[in-house]
Amino acid sequence: MLDSPQARATATARAAGTLSPPLAATGQAGRQEAGASALRRLAGAVIAPLRRIDARLFQIVFLGTLLLFGALVRDFALEWEQVALTFAAGLATQAFWIGALDLKRVGYLSAVVTCLGTSILVRADSDWVHPLLAALAMSSKFVIRIRGKHLYNPANLAVMLAIIAVPGAWASPGQWGSDVLIGLWFVALGVTVTTSARRLDIAWAFLACYAGLLAGRMLILGQGEAVLIHQLGSGVLLLFTFFMISDPMTTPNRRSMRFLYAAMVAVLAFAWQYLLFKPHGLIWALFILTPLVPLIDWLLPGSKHAWKPPAKP
Amino acid sequence: MRTTVAAAFAAVSIAAVAPPAHAFCGFFVGKADASLFNEASQVLMVRDGSKTVLTMLNDYKGEPTDFALVVPVPVVLKKDDIRVADKKVFDRIDAYSSPRLAEYYDANPCDRRRYRSEDAVRSAPPSAGSTRGTDKALGVQVEARYTVGEYDIVILSASQSDGLETWLTQNGYKIPAGASRALRPYIQQNMKFFVARVNLKEQAKSGFSYLRPLQFRFESAKFMLPVRLGMINSRGPQDLIVYVLSRQGRVESTNYPTVKLPANMELPTFLKRPGEFAKFYKAMFDRQARNKKLSVVFTEYVWDMGWCDPCAADPLSVAELREAGVTWVADDGTGKQQMGARPVVLTRLHIRYTKETFPEDLGLQETKDRGNFQARYVLRHPWRGSILQCLDAIGEYRRYQVSVAEREERAAQALASLTGWDIDDIRRRAKR
Repeated sequence: MLDSPQARATATARAAGTLSPPLAATGQAGRQEAGASALRRLAGAVIAPLRRIDARLFQIVFLGTLLLFGALVRDFALEWEQVALTFAAGLATQAFWIGALDLKRVGYLSAVVTCLGTSILVRADSDWVHPLLAALAMSSKFVIRIRGKHLYNPANLAVMLAIIAVPGAWASPGQWGSDVLIGLWFVALGVTVTTSARRLDIAWAFLACYAGLLAGRMLILGQGEAVLIHQLGSGVLLLFTFFMISDPMTTPNRRSMRFLYAAMVAVLAFAWQYLLFKPHGLIWALFILTPLVPLIDWLLPGSKHAWKPPAKP
Repeated sequence: MRTTVAAAFAAVSIAAVAPPAHAFCGFFVGKADASLFNEASQVLMVRDGSKTVLTMLNDYKGEPTDFALVVPVPVVLKKDDIRVADKKVFDRIDAYSSPRLAEYYDANPCDRRRYRSEDAVRSAPPSAGSTRGTDKALGVQVEARYTVGEYDIVILSASQSDGLETWLTQNGYKIPAGASRALRPYIQQNMKFFVARVNLKEQAKSGFSYLRPLQFRFESAKFMLPVRLGMINSRGPQDLIVYVLSRQGRVESTNYPTVKLPANMELPTFLKRPGEFAKFYKAMFDRQARNKKLSVVFTEYVWDMGWCDPCAADPLSVAELREAGVTWVADDGTGKQQMGARPVVLTRLHIRYTKETFPEDLGLQETKDRGNFQARYVLRHPWRGSILQCLDAIGEYRRYQVSVAEREERAAQALASLTGWDIDDIRRRAKR
């Protein structure tokens, strides 16, 4: 800090007796504060415009990158036709419901996010599965609604249907590998998305609980930390954390309740996977616990999330 | 999975060329069976709901007295749950699912004759080994004790890993130092230990010169292979081939990427020469495994057990499937296998791994994927006719010659990129 030009300039000015006494008296603390506020201004200048952008645009860029990366670098066993049909069906379904219900303020961003999520998480041995799931997931947003919020996160519902109901469909949780560097990259971008979605809290609360449980298991079993790193490096975990459980539309409105909800999902997912030895713990846990959200919102209400920040007066 | 404690693995290959058998559309000339990879362990798993049948091939070749097998199992096994299986099942399933070379011949480009085809097959079996013992408790509970075939088996539960290690050592099992650290996670998960060694008297009575595969069945939601334990005494990378027979579809790993090997490309026809295909497959697998940093599971074969195309060997008969542990196919009484779809899917997984690249045991799941896959490589022989047969279609003939030269170059490049072999060297060998 002292080496910065600004700090040196302040020191020179004080030596020359040109600074007003109160400022000179605060000395180093004052200089730090000035530096910090400059930093804050700089950060504000960069972040503020970003925050005004709809968070779903970040999600789209992020998930799109992920999809490309997965398809190109990590043999994702995904056909481009499947992706194209997913988008065609997802967007058409959204258009249908917008028209049918005469909705004025609903756009297509959420549909794009859902289509990307479905493409990344679901695998199928035919071309019709992805579009079917996208259409069902999008429709669920308009059909399964409680107290003005849709119930299920559409991507979560799509993966669930793939696992339990649709023939020739499955999810491949191991398909990501566990490159920690890639994981960190996911996190970094994910943070950006959730920060601007202003629901960073639930993602971190969930991750802390889940990682804590995994770490506890590792210690009890006497395994090395390589096991924990391997488990945390899962692409599905990161995708789930930053794009599924952090969906502001399908989580409790009140902050404290979001923490509680995140903890419950983490515990159930952990138990599902490591005590009952069933696959897809995260997806199941969220699906099973989702019906609690309207109940929590009814018992302990909070303000509903809006994707677009309110316009300035 | 299996751990051959205090044992080195090796496999013997006895290649025999069987008389040619015609196969639909392709012509099978050779295969790269499991015996190629001499550190390879082979496990056969049958999974139906929560029912699991596990068969472990013994390629142990040391003194029978030194042989010991320790496998963590989720439940205490009853005597009826354990048997010795016919080793032939492994040979058959290996032969059926091996990576293969399919050969095609160009027709006269100037008229439109169809392909000709022929077939050849070879197969390979592995070998033998054995043991002895003592008895005393040490925080270790002997849950059951059986003699099955040539094996003496104890089922143990333990509360402390060093207790178990001490018990095993005191009882004459030659287990490597440091085993307790690897055993601990299984004890903490309340798993039991299936421990086998050779009963020399019974082995002499059985008349077999090798150790037959041990097979046991249990019910548990856990669908995994304890591969970590097998690494206690391993130096360097190890190969594991897992055959899974399931009802619904392809089996893949839940905690490591499952990747199909590059396959179905045309390769230079010199791979038909004796030994060349095996050399190619080893080099190719080696390169692919290293490219993926020894941290993925490769799929070598996925097919409905009812048929194959081209067939490296006939599909398993109902009797053979039942020997492997498949309970849901009905015996038709004829003893012959019939071609046609069957509710049995075979997935052949091949893993090359080290302690560091596979920090966790191998988790598995059955998918609803019914798509077939085989590690199949294609040789296309150009038409060797004379230009005189084409005098009325000289233009066609010239175009054909150009296309052959192009595709041979592509085949050489494919081989170079798959194996990392020198492209000039490949071109030279292709010309010879």
